[in-house]
Amino acid sequence: MTASDPNVTSPSPATAIEAGHSLWQDAWARLRKNKLALASAFIVTALGLLCVAAPWVSPHAYDAQDLALGAAPPSTKHWLGTDHLGRDQFTRLLYGGRVSLMVGACATAVALTIGLLYGAISGFIGGKLDALMMRLVDILYALPFTLFVILLTVWLGRELWLLFAAIGAVEWLTMARIVRGQVASLKRMEFVEAAHALGLRKRRIILRHMIPNVLGPVIVYTTLTVPAVMLLEAFLSFLGLGVQPPMSSWGSMIKDGADRMEEYWWMLVFPAGAFSATLFCLNFLGDGLRDALDVRASKD
Amino acid sequence: MARFLLIRLLQTLPVLWAVATLTFFMVRFAPGGPFTAEKSIPPEILKRLEAHYGLDKPLSVQYVNFLKSLVTGQQPSIRHSNRTVGEIIRESFPVSLELGAWSLLIALAIGLPAGMLAAQKPNSAQDYVPMSAAMVGVCLPTFVLGPMVVLFFALKLGWFHTSGWNTPGDRVLPALTLGFHLAAYVARLTRGGMLEVMGQDFIRTARAKGASGLRILTRHALRGGLLPVVTFLGPAAAGLITGSFVIETVFNIPGLGKYFVGSVFDRDIPVVGGTVFFFSAIILFFNLLVDVAQAWLNPKVRLE
Repeated sequence: MTASDPNVTSPSPATAIEAGHSLWQDAWARLRKNKLALASAFIVTALGLLCVAAPWVSPHAYDAQDLALGAAPPSTKHWLGTDHLGRDQFTRLLYGGRVSLMVGACATAVALTIGLLYGAISGFIGGKLDALMMRLVDILYALPFTLFVILLTVWLGRELWLLFAAIGAVEWLTMARIVRGQVASLKRMEFVEAAHALGLRKRRIILRHMIPNVLGPVIVYTTLTVPAVMLLEAFLSFLGLGVQPPMSSWGSMIKDGADRMEEYWWMLVFPAGAFSATLFCLNFLGDGLRDALDVRASKD
Repeated sequence: MARFLLIRLLQTLPVLWAVATLTFFMVRFAPGGPFTAEKSIPPEILKRLEAHYGLDKPLSVQYVNFLKSLVTGQQPSIRHSNRTVGEIIRESFPVSLELGAWSLLIALAIGLPAGMLAAQKPNSAQDYVPMSAAMVGVCLPTFVLGPMVVLFFALKLGWFHTSGWNTPGDRVLPALTLGFHLAAYVARLTRGGMLEVMGQDFIRTARAKGASGLRILTRHALRGGLLPVVTFLGPAAAGLITGSFVIETVFNIPGLGKYFVGSVFDRDIPVVGGTVFFFSAIILFFNLLVDVAQAWLNPKVRLE
């Protein structure tokens, strides 16, 4: 990987004895210095694990109602209080987090797959096909996709998996553009030409030389797509068009809380806090990775 | 310039047509159809209903009728039985427009100075404070900020009404909520744009000539530095529209956004289709404005 990296300048004689650093080692060293990004990564991971482990962490069931109790403020039994149906808020927050994070992961995966393939094909083949494919992306950019996702919820009857796919299917455009730009410029780099001249096969050039160099921007943009996708899901759930009860997502919990905030502030504050904190962390992490992988600088 | 405008205008038309067609097919083939919400309608009544809404005609005729109705707005609503889509839009859109205009004004009034302030002294307190606030603004979506604002300013302090759209005071909280979120983006873009311009040679030349800081800012840097903000106004229009769905729901404002969400719930298909098309047209119009403004600000674009 080191040899193929365009950013590595040939070492001066004095440092020639030192072991080389790969792009990834450099990036890791830079990221390690960014405490904010590291803390964000830690928080998101911890929160994710907590949500995955929800059935074992929480002693309550997410849909167990206690109507006699009703909405109770935080206590030792119910750490974050209960909602208007007497359901444990902490448990629902974790289960809601599962949905929100799962949407983040799945929809991003869909967007990543489409964008990566589309951009790579367009950039690698180039010429007329490239122009055509990118023109299509331009046109799609102009369409108000949030409206169509809402329209789609009429269609799909709010089926969760299809919602993931729908969100992912509208978020791939920027990814395609980034990958295409990267591939198109890499194609003309000397080291790729050299690889051609050495008689390497296309497959090997793509696997060994193109993909590792495209990976940086893709990773960065992927981390930034996750919060965008989660935002869209929460937005839909808030309007009541996303996840349906008795399941919860952070968006639908915020909606429930907003409807009853006058009497039960804890129903709004905790889900809103959890959601915002996650968005914060993901954005910080994305910014940190961008600095660490030096994405903007490596384009020039 | 006239030619440029004409070309852009002509380029918008096929996109508008694509939107209309996509909307038609998604609306027409929505499973269940518009009348399944009512419990078991007798078949002869269903037939009459379908005839009334023109659903019994061949698909091609329906398609042409749909396109026509988008222009005339004469399609009858299903839920609000004696009103047409055009009437609903005419009645409720001015409310949304007012909300959007105030929000955009607030976004620019906060975002531009904040971004410029930050760009003046990068990596100082003058940079970190407004940019941290902007990060908060980006990560606090309107549906989190809105209820929080109501909780604090309306319920706790009692300064404003919690909902409604009657007195001038009712405009404050919704417009601020929507505007603050956009202001965060504007501030970040302004900072980035200004920093990039300020590092260029012609700024150094101006400085060497002895131009004052203010003059450099207003005469030289602003024009180029604001380009990213102008580009953002296209997405901002889309953001204002989707934001209005949330804000109008939270604050119970009788705007088009609230109608739209309601019609999706009710499966009031004519209203859904008409509104999606109407919103799309607005967004495309904004994109066109952005293109023109860009050409005006940046001669390079005009040459393409």
